[in-house]
Amino acid sequence: MQNFTPVAGLVGGILIGLASALYLLANGRIAGISGMLESILRPTRPGFGLAATFLIGLMLGGLATAWFAPGQLQPTLIRGSMATLIGAGLLVGFGTRMANGCTSGHGVCGLPRLSRRSIAATGIFMATAMATVFVMRHVL
Amino acid sequence: MPFLLALLAGVVFGAGLVVSGMSNPKKVLDFLDLAGMRSGTWDPSLLMVFVGALPVMFIAYRLKGAAPLTGGTFEIPADGAIDRPLVAGSAMFGIGWGLVGFCPGPAVVALALAASNLSAVVVFVAAMLTGVWLAIVLRGSWSGSKTVTVPV
Repeated sequence: MQNFTPVAGLVGGILIGLASALYLLANGRIAGISGMLESILRPTRPGFGLAATFLIGLMLGGLATAWFAPGQLQPTLIRGSMATLIGAGLLVGFGTRMANGCTSGHGVCGLPRLSRRSIAATGIFMATAMATVFVMRHVL
Repeated sequence: MPFLLALLAGVVFGAGLVVSGMSNPKKVLDFLDLAGMRSGTWDPSLLMVFVGALPVMFIAYRLKGAAPLTGGTFEIPADGAIDRPLVAGSAMFGIGWGLVGFCPGPAVVALALAASNLSAVVVFVAAMLTGVWLAIVLRGSWSGSKTVTVPV
């Protein structure tokens, strides 16, 4: 486990939890990123403004961290052909909206309110993701 | 004020993704690769992210008053049946996640970070938004009479 970074993971997780808590308590909404992606594609609906603002903040927060704490920034290592990138993107976008949530909405926000739907969703996407990585790295 | 707080929430969330290393798809794939337990390359950092985040949110749900601080009402989806769209959608999402290592949040953050790999990130995000749009268009075919509440 030479790449394990428990403290950075824990601190980052607390920040993600605090951000989701703030969005819940201040704005009354679930900080689910896939839902926000849907909201920014529906500009005439309520929720567009808050979702767009949060997503802009998300990128600014990443940039600010990279700027002020460059030691924290890992290179974004991406493997995969153009076809893989497109197929994976389509699956992530379509699947998360069909399931009404992703790692943030079902995982971070759904698990701690003991939502049965979120517990099921998280178990399923973790399982299929692990199976996919196994096939990609050790079978193909 | 609501928008300022939403911006702040986004900034803190983005910082959390970068600090935890989750904006790097390889780190996510190294968690998902359980065979790495044997070879020593397994990276359980993603678990630590949940260990950090879940208790904070658990407390937040208990601190929640009758209304959000900026007014309006809470828009939290009701728990319901584990139906076919939930299962099929989650399964599809997991396959896409495992193929590249991006879930939606890190992919958006990577748009701002991945200077050297930006074209790959742009292709992924464009495809992801296309997938979201397809789901919006096709939702009627699986939602039936179920009313769709606020997107999670």
